[in-house]
Amino acid sequence: MSATVVTVTSGKGGVGKTTTTANLAVALAAGGQKVVCIDGDIGLRNLDVILGLENRIVYDLVDVVEGRCRLKQAMIRDKRLQELYLIPAAQTRDKNAVSPSDMVRLTDDLREEFDWVLIDSPAGIERGFRNSVAPADTVLVVTNPEVSAVRDADRIIGLIESEEKGPARLILNRVNYEMVKRGDMLTSDDVLELLAVELIGIVPEDDHVIMSSNRGQPVALDPKTRAGTAFQNIARRLRGEDVPFMNLEVKEDIFQKLSRLIRPGGN
Amino acid sequence: MTVETQIVHIKGIKDGLLVTIGEGDWPRAQSTLLSSIVEKASFFQGARLAMEVGNRVLHAAELGALRDRLSDQGVSLWAVISSSPVTEQTAQVLGLATRLSMPRPERSVRPLDTTLEGENGVFIRRTLRSGFRIASHGHISVMGDINPGAEVIAGGSIVVWGRVRGSVVAGADGDESAVVCALALDPTQLRIANLVANLPGKKAVSQPVCASIRNGIITVEPWKPKER
Repeated sequence: MSATVVTVTSGKGGVGKTTTTANLAVALAAGGQKVVCIDGDIGLRNLDVILGLENRIVYDLVDVVEGRCRLKQAMIRDKRLQELYLIPAAQTRDKNAVSPSDMVRLTDDLREEFDWVLIDSPAGIERGFRNSVAPADTVLVVTNPEVSAVRDADRIIGLIESEEKGPARLILNRVNYEMVKRGDMLTSDDVLELLAVELIGIVPEDDHVIMSSNRGQPVALDPKTRAGTAFQNIARRLRGEDVPFMNLEVKEDIFQKLSRLIRPGGN
Repeated sequence: MTVETQIVHIKGIKDGLLVTIGEGDWPRAQSTLLSSIVEKASFFQGARLAMEVGNRVLHAAELGALRDRLSDQGVSLWAVISSSPVTEQTAQVLGLATRLSMPRPERSVRPLDTTLEGENGVFIRRTLRSGFRIASHGHISVMGDINPGAEVIAGGSIVVWGRVRGSVVAGADGDESAVVCALALDPTQLRIANLVANLPGKKAVSQPVCASIRNGIITVEPWKPKER
């Protein structure tokens, strides 16, 4: 087995990197793949919370790098999915506790045993970002349809190119179809026109994401939700499947449809 | 003070240390440099390093790896001086200085201090994404877009075969005859010489245009070959 190392990054904070990492990990593992995710956000760890594994942390990434434990000891196995593991970040240290070459060594040790190594990058363009991108085979950039998030995505895509890790692929997260339809939100075409990279997924805004994150049950475990399906689709595309993009339009009943036809553009 | 080895030469300069890498293969040069730094760790701790690499061609992976390994040793690499344009570009992309006299990229471009007889220019064949900055006393042509957050500053004119959405400054050394041409012009900011363009708000001009100074204001006009 030789794993593909996927780094999820964004530049801007709060666009959904950790949620995306957790959900892709869950979706890949649910598809029978052997997955380990690494929380690269040393000092501000979150991935363990979203995955619902926080109370099982004994050792972390920095313990491994500094030789206080073996790699195996820091790997927390998920109870729901047998083939899903997490290497948590240290909460009491900072990004400088790990170097890009440490990350390359660490992932090289993991490659043998897994199909996928997912790295959740911290926000920003400094050491933590470089640590997370250094071992990557492929980089996913998460952004929201907002001007500031897109600007930061553009910057990060440029940096990924200059680290010779490109071309990055894009996940457009938290798309509110209603707002797009009203012309109040950037469309995926607007975003792609500027960023000029391959789109690997569009995730609709979905209340289930926050609800399930709070419970430590990633939304991809529940494919009945729209966001869950979107993450499942991204996981399949990562595996090389050709999955059509889902229709983001919220279903409206016949009366809503009629009233829209009668009063075009009016609300 | 001078540390002498066959391939790596380290000396103190005004603002930090200058490492000169001689002929020889890069991995050996790199390991020699790192081992001499490890040997005298206390001396190098917190040092600012400029590196002269001659005409050696270095790519981002090599230079980035060295920068990281140096930073592991508490040494910050801030400049790479090279006569190879590839290496120079790599250094710029990594945000490193490429001249010792220019301490760090700064916003303003110093006026031309040389009398250039001919025209000189730079050709950049890529899209400039947010955070990239290209500055030259000559003309600059870009084949690709200039995205919001990118900056292009030229002493002469700027010609863009693509869309301009970032900041562009032409005639930065005071040349009022400088122009900015682009296939589509919707800049964050556009300046020519000392003037700032009054941009027409949201609506982008999405046809080939040319901006120049007419009667003391920056005027943007559709490109009509016949008039020129």
